[in-house]
Amino acid sequence: MSRIAARFAALKREGRGALIPFLEAYDPDAATSMAILRGMPSAGADLIEIGMPFTDPMADGPTIQAAGLRGLKAGATLARTLAMVQDFRLDDADTPVILMGYLNPIASYGPQRFCEHAAAAGVDGVIVVDLPTEEAHLLAGHAHANHLDIIRLVAPTTDDARLPLVLQGSSGFVYYVSITGITGTRSASTADLAAAIPRVRAVTDLPIAIGFGVRTPAQAAQAVQVADAAVVASSLIEILAASLDAEGRAAPDTAQRVLDQVRALAEGVRNARVPA
Amino acid sequence: MNEISPARPNSLRLGPDGNGRFGEFGGRFVAETLMPLVLQVEQAYEAAKRDPSFQIELDAYLKDYVGRPSPLWFAERLTKALGGAKIYMKRDELNHTGSHKINNCLGQILLARRMGRTRIIAETGAGQHGVATATVCALFGLPCTIYMGATDVERQKPNVFRMKLLGAEINAVTSGAGTLKDAMNEAMRDWVANVEDTYYLIGTVAGPHPYPAMVRDFQSVIGTEARAQIMEVEGRLPDAIIAAIGGGSNAMGLFHPFLDDSDVRLIGVEAAGRGLDTMEHAASLSRGRPGVLHGNRTYLLQDEDGQIQEAHSISAGLDYPGIGPEHSWLHEIGRVEYVAATDAEALDSFQFCCQTEGIIPALEPAHAIAHVRKIAPEMGPDAVLLMNMCGRGDKDIFTVAAHLGVQL
Repeated sequence: MSRIAARFAALKREGRGALIPFLEAYDPDAATSMAILRGMPSAGADLIEIGMPFTDPMADGPTIQAAGLRGLKAGATLARTLAMVQDFRLDDADTPVILMGYLNPIASYGPQRFCEHAAAAGVDGVIVVDLPTEEAHLLAGHAHANHLDIIRLVAPTTDDARLPLVLQGSSGFVYYVSITGITGTRSASTADLAAAIPRVRAVTDLPIAIGFGVRTPAQAAQAVQVADAAVVASSLIEILAASLDAEGRAAPDTAQRVLDQVRALAEGVRNARVPA
Repeated sequence: MNEISPARPNSLRLGPDGNGRFGEFGGRFVAETLMPLVLQVEQAYEAAKRDPSFQIELDAYLKDYVGRPSPLWFAERLTKALGGAKIYMKRDELNHTGSHKINNCLGQILLARRMGRTRIIAETGAGQHGVATATVCALFGLPCTIYMGATDVERQKPNVFRMKLLGAEINAVTSGAGTLKDAMNEAMRDWVANVEDTYYLIGTVAGPHPYPAMVRDFQSVIGTEARAQIMEVEGRLPDAIIAAIGGGSNAMGLFHPFLDDSDVRLIGVEAAGRGLDTMEHAASLSRGRPGVLHGNRTYLLQDEDGQIQEAHSISAGLDYPGIGPEHSWLHEIGRVEYVAATDAEALDSFQFCCQTEGIIPALEPAHAIAHVRKIAPEMGPDAVLLMNMCGRGDKDIFTVAAHLGVQL
């Protein structure tokens, strides 16, 4: 069983949903982002999503765009992002790690080489934002051969006719993009989510995570009441960004502030009453 | 006007395939949120192509609103000055709004209306596509938001003001270098946030399928007309055809009807900026390598880690680190030669064209003129050369003045 499947199975036994916090590799520097990554499991992260910086993140709002640019400025590359995961795995063999990013850096690294190196580093799944199902064959074979889950995005615009196609060949979990829009802008209503998630549930047995617009502990709690996991990104990056000095350098407590919020989110998720 | 023979089975004019591929290039690399919209545009465009009334409606606007067909001009003084091939200019700068961009805007806005879309967004570099989009939106009474890099807003002030006069809302994009690439990112972000009512009117032969093919089809009126016009005056096809390339829509529109005419040399001129061997150019084919950006796989300026590099050109319309995927394919199969002209060569050719032909060209076709000046003298007096005068230079006089040290 993959780390992702094992983690969701364990949480199901516990009767609660998962918190998936996000960090951008090398934001604002290698050491701080490594400290955040290492600290996340004990702060309550059930799975971790790491953003692979890209110059042109078309699905992301200003917050994550800025995080990516800080990461690149600090020297992030795909190889260094994989090395972060490898370091993380020295102390943590169980927390699933998912990489999220855009196709071009992966295409440049080489899809096969990327999948081999990611798996060797201890990566469990990959989300490639601009790789829809129609183009997924570029990565799917190599990912499968290396036991990497390809995690698909499902959006409010994905209609019932298209859903089975989108989920074809997806594994790990399904990432439900809860709004039509970019990251860090607005949030979906409870009613929207309550209507959307069963629609996805009807065509897959995979766990469903809700992302885009999940910001607060209350929203994270709400997400795990209708789905299986909550992905929180922009609000954590905002806390990180607010701690930086005028030159964009980390403060001594930058990692701590981000991890404190992960703790608050985890508490929200753990206290959420999940319908049996 | 259309006297091109039907495409043969081995024709180069058949692309793209059902997945929007020209060889290995093109495709639909967008987030899932946009994927259903992209498929809707494709379905609507396929239906429009099959509906004769769509072309009839478009042709009527092209004739009476744009002023097509644009003339084919024998540039006699330029020909004499260069002392070689006879040089013809396809005068798309005489179109309403001053460039070829309006051809595509009219086609797409008619499609948007068929799709029931009520809001139009577009990206623009030099502002020519923005002006053309704002124009057709005014013509049909649709609200229009234009994304333009903040750097370009600064260097293309006349076009910014034109767009405002036409009722468009201008969004100055400050991310990245504030040029066309960043404007396109931001337009895609707008589209993903306004999927219900918004049509994204892409200005060049790039983006996810069906845009590269659709924009090419709408721009092919340039080549279709030029082919018939040159046959009429010369009784034969030209020896070479030259067009400037940023995203590549004017070139693709001119080249496409000639792709199967293997005796006609097709030459695309990229922007070499401060030189191909500097880091400041926009020559995606000469100096880039294949990658994925803005919904398609194509040649891109990128570093070894696959991060997109900033392009540079004196011409805001060429200042883009990618190129339409069909050009990438034509480059790989060797059907089109891709060369480059520097900022300095374009600037010099801009002035040369003003003084020899009485035509103030845009800085974009000034790059094509620069290459005409390189090859025309080497060709015999019986040779025929056709270049695309795809835009007029009124918008560029401030940029040119600044480079010449003149205070306006």
